[in-house]
Amino acid sequence: MAQEITNEYIVEKLKTHFENDVVTIAEPYGLLTLVVHAPKAHEIIAWLKNDTQIQAAFLTDVCGAHFPELVGQELGVIYHLHSFVNNVRIRIKAFLPITNPTIPTITDLFAAANWQERETFDFYGIIFEGHPNLTRIMNVDEMDYFPLRKEYPLEDGTRTDKEDKYFGR
Amino acid sequence: MSTELTIAKAPAGLEGPGFFATNIDKVIGLARANSIWPLPFATSCCGIEFMATMGSNYDLARFGSERMSFSPRQADLLIVAGTIAKKMGPVLRQVYLQMAEPRWVISVGACASTGGIFDTYSVLQGIDRIIPVDVYVPGCPPRPEQILEGIMKIQELVKNEPIRRRNGEEYKALMQQYGIQ
Amino acid sequence: MNEFDDKSVEQLEENEYTTLNLGPTHPATHGIFQNILTMDGEIIVDAVQTVGYIHRAFEKIAEHRPYNQITTLTDRLNYCSSPINNMGWHMTVEKLIGVDIPKRAQYMRVIIMELARIADHVVCNAVVGVDAGALTGFTYMFQWREKVYDIFEQICGARLTTNIGRIGGLERDFNDEAYKKIKEFLHDFPIALTEFSNLLERNRIFVDRIAKTGPITANRAMEYGFTGPNLRAAGVDYDVRVMNPYSSYQDFEFDIPVGTNGDTYDRFMVRQNEMWQSLRIIKQALDNMPQGKWYADVPDFYLPPKEDVYTKMEALIYHFKVVMGETDVPKGEVYHSVEGGNGEVGFYLISDGGRAPLRLHFRRPSFIYYQAYPEMIKGGMLSDAILTMSSMNVIAGELDA
Repeated sequence: MAQEITNEYIVEKLKTHFENDVVTIAEPYGLLTLVVHAPKAHEIIAWLKNDTQIQAAFLTDVCGAHFPELVGQELGVIYHLHSFVNNVRIRIKAFLPITNPTIPTITDLFAAANWQERETFDFYGIIFEGHPNLTRIMNVDEMDYFPLRKEYPLEDGTRTDKEDKYFGR
Repeated sequence: MSTELTIAKAPAGLEGPGFFATNIDKVIGLARANSIWPLPFATSCCGIEFMATMGSNYDLARFGSERMSFSPRQADLLIVAGTIAKKMGPVLRQVYLQMAEPRWVISVGACASTGGIFDTYSVLQGIDRIIPVDVYVPGCPPRPEQILEGIMKIQELVKNEPIRRRNGEEYKALMQQYGIQ
Repeated sequence: MNEFDDKSVEQLEENEYTTLNLGPTHPATHGIFQNILTMDGEIIVDAVQTVGYIHRAFEKIAEHRPYNQITTLTDRLNYCSSPINNMGWHMTVEKLIGVDIPKRAQYMRVIIMELARIADHVVCNAVVGVDAGALTGFTYMFQWREKVYDIFEQICGARLTTNIGRIGGLERDFNDEAYKKIKEFLHDFPIALTEFSNLLERNRIFVDRIAKTGPITANRAMEYGFTGPNLRAAGVDYDVRVMNPYSSYQDFEFDIPVGTNGDTYDRFMVRQNEMWQSLRIIKQALDNMPQGKWYADVPDFYLPPKEDVYTKMEALIYHFKVVMGETDVPKGEVYHSVEGGNGEVGFYLISDGGRAPLRLHFRRPSFIYYQAYPEMIKGGMLSDAILTMSSMNVIAGELDA
C-alpha cells in the first residue's frame, strides 16, 4: 500500500519536523521549491534523504547564484534533489550574506556534492564548512576574486587585440 | 570519371641519365613536406573534427601524416585544435618548447586562433599570445577539408623553407619576441 | 650487510611508491584532464585530479547573451552529441515561456536526438576499442559518424556544432534528401553495428582486457551522482526519457539496457545496446511521423518566414526583435533535464525578465561522475585505468564548461 508522495505530502511532513526553518514554499513549474535557513539546510537535506517515504536519495545538482539587490542575502546556494523511487524532485534554496557566506557541506550525505561545492566556491566564494578540500577547481589557483559575481566583467580586461567598442560593450 | 593525371612539378635542376641535380634546399624541402608527423593537441570540439580528418573519409595520412606522434620530440607539426584556457597555456608552451627544430604550428579553429566565441576571463585569446603560429585555420569547427587545406599550406611553407632559416637573425628575433631561447 | 637489512618490509614498500603524471596532454584525444597517480609498480594506490584546463566560463557568458545565442554555447558542452544539448536548452526556454510544441516537431526532435546519441556512443565505444589496441573498429565506425553528419547537414547546415532547432520548434522541415538519408542510415547502420559487435563484444582478448576493471557499485554510483550509461551499467535503470518524459518520448517503445557490476565491459555493452534501442526509436518516429507544422506559434521567439519579413511590417519588427534579442521573457526559475549521451543534462534557469538569463547553470553529467574516477581505479593497474577513463566517456567540454 504505497503512499502517493506528492509535493503537498512532503510539505506537510516537512512542516511537522522543521516548522521554523522553512522560509518560503513554492512550486514554480511544478517543482517543489523550499527556501530554508542556511544552517539548517544540511539537516533538512539529510531528513529528505533518509525519510523512508520520501527517499530523496539522489543529488541532482548544487549551484550558486548572486543576487546583488537582495541586501544581506546576496549569495544563494541551490540544491536539486531527486527521489527515483517516487519520481519527485525537490529544490532547496538557502541565501547567505555576502559578508559571511558560510553553509554546512553535504559531502557526508552525497559524494556528488564534493566537486560541485568546490565549483560553487570557485565561482562565488561560498564557504562550505566541513568540506574535505575546498579549493578552486575550474579557475587557476592564483585567481584572487570570485568571477561569477555580478560585479566582475565577463571579458579579460587586459586583452589587447579586441576593442570593446566594436563588440558593443 | 577523369583519367587525366597531374604529375607534380619537379624542382628546377640539372637532369641526366640516372641522375638529377638540384638545390639541397629543394630536396630536403620536398622530403620534409611529404612526411610531416603531427602532434595533435586537441582540446575540444575542433579535436573531434580533427579525429574526423584523421579518419578514413578525409584521411590525413595520404599527405604523409601517417603517424600521429604524441611525443613532442618526434613531432614536426603542432596541431592545436580547440580552446586553450589560461590554465592550459603553460602546458602548451611546454609542449612547444620540447619540440625539436624544425617545427611548425597550425592553429585549427577560431578558439585557438583568437579565442573564438569565448571572449572571457579564463580563455587565452589566441595561442599566438604564447607561441609563434605558422598557419591559422578559421572555423568553428572548420570542416575537415579546411583543416586539410591548412595542412597543405603548411606543406607549401615546409617545401619552400630555406634550411638555414632557423639559424638566421629573423627567426631568432621572432623567438625573442615570445621569450623562447 | 647493506642499508636495506635494517628496514622492515613495510618500510621498504612505503618508499617504493612512484608518482606518475597522467595528462593533461593525453594521447588518443580524450580531452584535457590531469591525474597525478601514486603507483606501487603497476598498481594505482591513489589519484589526485586536476580539471579546469578548458574552463570557458559558459555560465558567465550565458548571463550576457540573449536566449537564442545561448544555443551556440550549449553546442559546445557535449560536442559529440550537440543536438541533444540544443534541444534540452530549447525545451527549457519553452517550459519557461509555457509553449506547447506541435507533435511533428517533437518527433523530428526525437529523431535528431537519437541520431546524436548514436554518434556519441560510436565515439565512446570506438575509442574504448582504440585504447585496448583495436584500431579497426574506430576507422570503420567513424565512417558512420560521417553519415550522421550528412543528415545533420541536411537539417541545419552544420556537422558538429549544430545549433539545431529554434525556441519553438525546428527551423525548417526535413527535406526529401534528409528523409532519404535517414532511411538509408536505418538500413545500413545495423549491418555496420553488427560487424563492430562481432569484432569486439565476444572477443576473448577484449573481454579479458576490460571485464572486472573500474567497477563501481550501484549505491556508490548513486551517491556520486552518476547518470546515464555509467549508472545503468552499475544496475540502476534511471533514464530521464522514461522517468520525466519530454518531447513525446512516452509515445515510443524502447528498452533500457542495464548492466550488473558497473565495470568497463558493462559500460561498453550498455552503450552498444543503447545504440540498438536508438535505432528502434528512430524507426518508430519515422514510421509514425504526424502531419502538421514544425514550429509553434511563438512570434516572440521564432523567426518569421523570410518572405514575410520583406513584405509585412509585423514580421519585420518581430524579426528585428528576435535577432537583436530584445524579447521580454517571463520571470521565473525552471529546471529541465534531458537524457544526454552521458546522462542527465540539466539546465537550471533563473530569469528576471531581461534579455539575458539572470543565472543559467548547466548540470553537466561528466563533471559530476568524473569525481568517482579515483575510487574506480584504486587497486587496479595503469592500463585498466586508461580504459576506465575512456569507457566513462568524459567529454572535456562538458567537464569544464
